[in-house]
Amino acid sequence: MSAHLAYVAASYGAALLVVAGLVSWVVLDARARRRELQALEEAGIRRRSAGGGAP
Amino acid sequence: MRERSLAIRSFTDLANPTRFVALAGRLLPWLASLTVLLFAIGLTLCFTTAADYQQGETVRIMYIHVPAAWLAMMGYTVMAASALGTLVWRHPLADVAAKCAAPIGAGFTALALVTGSLWGKPMWGTWWVWDARLTSFFILFLMYLGLIALNRAMDDAGRAAKVAAVLILVGFVNIPIIKFSVDWWNTLHQPASVLRLGGSAIDPEFRRPLLVMALAFTCLFFTLHLAAMRTEIWRRRIAAMRRQAARGAASA
Repeated sequence: MSAHLAYVAASYGAALLVVAGLVSWVVLDARARRRELQALEEAGIRRRSAGGGAP
Repeated sequence: MRERSLAIRSFTDLANPTRFVALAGRLLPWLASLTVLLFAIGLTLCFTTAADYQQGETVRIMYIHVPAAWLAMMGYTVMAASALGTLVWRHPLADVAAKCAAPIGAGFTALALVTGSLWGKPMWGTWWVWDARLTSFFILFLMYLGLIALNRAMDDAGRAAKVAAVLILVGFVNIPIIKFSVDWWNTLHQPASVLRLGGSAIDPEFRRPLLVMALAFTCLFFTLHLAAMRTEIWRRRIAAMRRQAARGAASA
């Protein structure tokens, strides 16, 4: 085994961290906005283009 | 959500955010699956190919560092094309695309900087030097951070989009500087060895995993970008609905 294996492991670890961070950000943000949008629609608030208005 | 039933008949239909959201919903599962598959193949190749006779195991850092660096520059190029879309064609999704590419591009730039440093220490004997390639790449990272901060600092999305678009286009001058810095100046960083005149200088044994990983990272970029754009459209829709509700409440 190479003496430089720690550098390789650290590089792949950093890649995992960055990719996991980006995926988590995108997934959690999407989930939160989808919930928010559904809550607004359930409250009867519609976009003007969707043909509705505030209750 | 009812937009799933909207059909996309031509490319210009994508200018409609509702149609774009519907298309993104259909494409995302396929793109995400393709990304996972490419990473599975790429990572298998990364760890089954031989070590380099000079660099030893550290050559495996290349399979992450090089695609991350390419994607960092491609991300900025996507932003520059979007900035043109905002300023010239006033495309309704152009500033959404630019805004959403910035955090992803910043992530890839940070990864390229960190893995470059981790590769540099055993190969060059130093974590960092202020040579033209490394410095111009660090400037790219700062530009990404500046654009993210700018987008968050301004409440008016339309105004933020125009200011950001101008800055993105001005900053685009850094992309050819990064690419050709190793030719124009004397740098510790090696010259281009894959995308260069005269063909690739890398042995096919190392080029294969590198290209598969580059494809995997590219698919990851577009998957994340598409998902982030869809979320940004929802965010703007929520803001519009809240404004509409507030106006309705005020007039009641």
